[in-house]
Amino acid sequence: MEILKTAMAGTLESSDAQVTVEPGDNGIELMIESSVIHQYGRQIRAVALETLERLDVKNARVTIFDKGALDCTLKARVECAVYRSNGVSENLPWGGVIR
Amino acid sequence: MHPNKKRLRRSMMFLNCQKPGLIKDPYIYKPDSIMLDLEDAVAENQKDAARYSLFHALQEIDYHGVERVVRINGLDTPHWKEDIRVCVAGGADTIRIAKTETAQDVRTVEEHVLAAEREFGRPEGSTLLMAALESCKGVLNALEVCQSSDRLIGIALSGGDYTKDLQTTITGTGVELMGARQHMIMAARAAGVQCWDTVFTNLDDMEGFEKETRMIKLMGFDGKSLVNPRQIAVVHKVFTPAEKEIVFAEKVVREIDDKKAKGIGVFTVDGKMIDIAFYDGAKRTLAMAKAAGVYKGEL
Amino acid sequence: MINAVGREIPGEILKKTGKEPFKGAYANDNHEYKKAAPTVRALCDPGRSKMVENIHEALVKCGIRDGMTLSFHHHFREGDYVVNMVMEEIHKMGIKDLTICASSLGKANDPIVPYIEDGTITGIQSSGVRGKIGEAISTGRLRDLAIMRSHGGRVRAVESGEVHIDIAFIGAPTCDEYGNMRANGGKSDCGVLSYAMVDAEYADKVVALTDCLVPFPNVPASISMVHVDYVCVVDEIGNPAKIATGAAKPTTDVRKIMMADYCTQFVIHTPYFKEGFSYQTGVGGASIASTISLGKIMEERGIHMGLGLGGITTPMCELLEKGLIKKIVDTQDFDLGAIESIKRNPDHIEISASEYANPFNKGAFVNKLDFVILASLEVDVDFNCNVVVGSDGMITGAQGGHPDTAAGAKCTIVIAPLLQGRIPAICTRVTTVTTPGETVDVVITDYGIAINPRRQDLIECMKDVDLPFCTIEELRDKAYAMVGEPDPVQFDDRIVGVIEARDGTIIDVVRQIKEYEFS
Repeated sequence: MEILKTAMAGTLESSDAQVTVEPGDNGIELMIESSVIHQYGRQIRAVALETLERLDVKNARVTIFDKGALDCTLKARVECAVYRSNGVSENLPWGGVIR
Repeated sequence: MHPNKKRLRRSMMFLNCQKPGLIKDPYIYKPDSIMLDLEDAVAENQKDAARYSLFHALQEIDYHGVERVVRINGLDTPHWKEDIRVCVAGGADTIRIAKTETAQDVRTVEEHVLAAEREFGRPEGSTLLMAALESCKGVLNALEVCQSSDRLIGIALSGGDYTKDLQTTITGTGVELMGARQHMIMAARAAGVQCWDTVFTNLDDMEGFEKETRMIKLMGFDGKSLVNPRQIAVVHKVFTPAEKEIVFAEKVVREIDDKKAKGIGVFTVDGKMIDIAFYDGAKRTLAMAKAAGVYKGEL
Repeated sequence: MINAVGREIPGEILKKTGKEPFKGAYANDNHEYKKAAPTVRALCDPGRSKMVENIHEALVKCGIRDGMTLSFHHHFREGDYVVNMVMEEIHKMGIKDLTICASSLGKANDPIVPYIEDGTITGIQSSGVRGKIGEAISTGRLRDLAIMRSHGGRVRAVESGEVHIDIAFIGAPTCDEYGNMRANGGKSDCGVLSYAMVDAEYADKVVALTDCLVPFPNVPASISMVHVDYVCVVDEIGNPAKIATGAAKPTTDVRKIMMADYCTQFVIHTPYFKEGFSYQTGVGGASIASTISLGKIMEERGIHMGLGLGGITTPMCELLEKGLIKKIVDTQDFDLGAIESIKRNPDHIEISASEYANPFNKGAFVNKLDFVILASLEVDVDFNCNVVVGSDGMITGAQGGHPDTAAGAKCTIVIAPLLQGRIPAICTRVTTVTTPGETVDVVITDYGIAINPRRQDLIECMKDVDLPFCTIEELRDKAYAMVGEPDPVQFDDRIVGVIEARDGTIIDVVRQIKEYEFS
């Protein structure tokens, strides 16, 4: 999927993550700031990259402000930001590339 | 019949799908059901975001046997169709239909649920439905709603919207809800489905909450919609049968099983006339006692 | 060298500090030593006044110079002005190379961080530090090793002469012109002065700072004039609103109430719950809730607590008022109710930190505890606790009386929610060991309760009790299943602090934190 416009999802509340995606042309540029970076930085990055790959996002600037979100929340926020950047909110591929 | 259609549902706790901290482990409070909310708790511009959270919660969090109900947006909104798709795809146990007014509303949802079950390869009929009645029209149509679908497990009163429609307010005395409660429980029983009372929102008045819970139990309700985990223990306490009731129920079940085999229809237990009509009630008492942890027997 | 809790203590640190690696919680039982003594300057001329105009004059008269060790107490908690005020004056005088030996330092003391950076302060010894001081130590800005000691361990260090205090600055809610200090009355009422008592007895020079000078004699005194060299009146020694707040409302958080109920059920099913039992608990929501629920059962069963110990909160005082507690023995007051109680109730007694917890006196109050209810940032599968270093590697808490009470009590219970956000409280290996697992008996979480396998006796008596028991490994596995297994914090090689066990041995070291790098 292409990132058509800047879009954001999530909040800065505890256990949540705020994800911003912006159009890019230089592969995936991922910036992560996290309150649990030491323990979970590696896993947060892995989940974000896997999710973007599943959604077939090849070029994007992605910023994550993580407040201790679980993997399921991280995925949800990344997916939401990507679909928002495409203006899509219906007939989503639940269980397909969203999984 | 779906094996879970009549499961125990004393406590049905609302949770905002948009709050990751809330949805990660509500089962530790041991409610019978959680109701993940896509409707009122979610802001209009976050309806999409809530669905992704819901989907992954349903797919990835082990709720340890707690029933996962999802409250979808009303049929008068642009959201309900996608809500149904995500519920079914995620494997929600039950869908709570907001603002139900007619049997047709339930059937409309049912159609879309069936389509989604086919789309996502879920067994047809696996997703149950419950209807929230939130208007005078809905309450008056309670019987047809209760009889609208095999998937329908029951009806729930939504007191806030209903009293607005009545042009009154929640007073705490229960007088404004009296008619709806009586009417709904009768409709539910007539149709053989369950019935749940509305939420009690004043968390500082735990005494009032317990009083209301005792009242609705006496009226016949199966349980209550809840807004806070603090309320769960109170509901379970009220719905826990007394020691005497448990002992009696156990005797009734044993005697009926025994006498049925011998072809005897009417007999006495502890001096009381008993027949087969007592069987379901006694079974319910034992199930409730078991859920409350006060009955460890095998019946 | 690997110590008794499996931590590598580098030889250079042992050499630099002259300390031994930790050998076990009771390895130094029967230890004999000669106590230290201060150098005292006599006052026999009745015409000489102890009053000084200001802090500057006090410092000059005390002979402040580079390299000294200064002590402070933390009874004013997050409302403390004394440390900042004294250090500001010292900084103005250009004195360098000082060691601060405080019973604890909090966020209120953030303003001294620039003095760490410019070399005014080069050593910190404390029960713990929070806020910016913790960050300064963890990021390697303090020149010397920080030393973290428990409350009892600090007293031991002072009394044994391991640390010698040159000047003690003691903030006193009331004081007379001859230095009799009381914790009650005045503007900055803090209830007790327990942690300052040992400083008064062992420091060469003692300066009393007060914002409420009262007529002589201010008796009965918490700290007597016989230890005090100078008395200095200042405008404010603290912010009363932050020294003591109203009693915390009992928590409505069901998770905490649930853990509190587990705790109370556990307590009452041990053989120690009987007439005259002794008990200490903390200020957390779950601790307070368990005090309240335990009180109800004590009332129902007519069982009285003989001794309520430690940091005191209103719910304990309410049990005292009801006659359910015989004596409260107090080293710190956490709220206004506790402060009021010690003023009014003759069965509510102030003691020194030495009497409370010093492992090297001839028996401290903690040794007589049946139960202590504690919290912890992390607990590992060996039951080791970490209450000092945050999960991000930053020093952010205090040992306080944690290791002391855990070592003393017959039944040490740690309450911790399994997850704090994404961080699991139960883990394979704590970031830093601050309380040894051999002294921790039970861990209560919202997901289950684990009894230390060393306590087969407790496991046996809980056999038929209806509580969600499991092993500590099961708790860890539950946590990891939900949040993933955490990676270890990335530290630098440089050691910035040592965690002392109660007996002065090294139980663990704290390393400088590193900017996180994706591998």
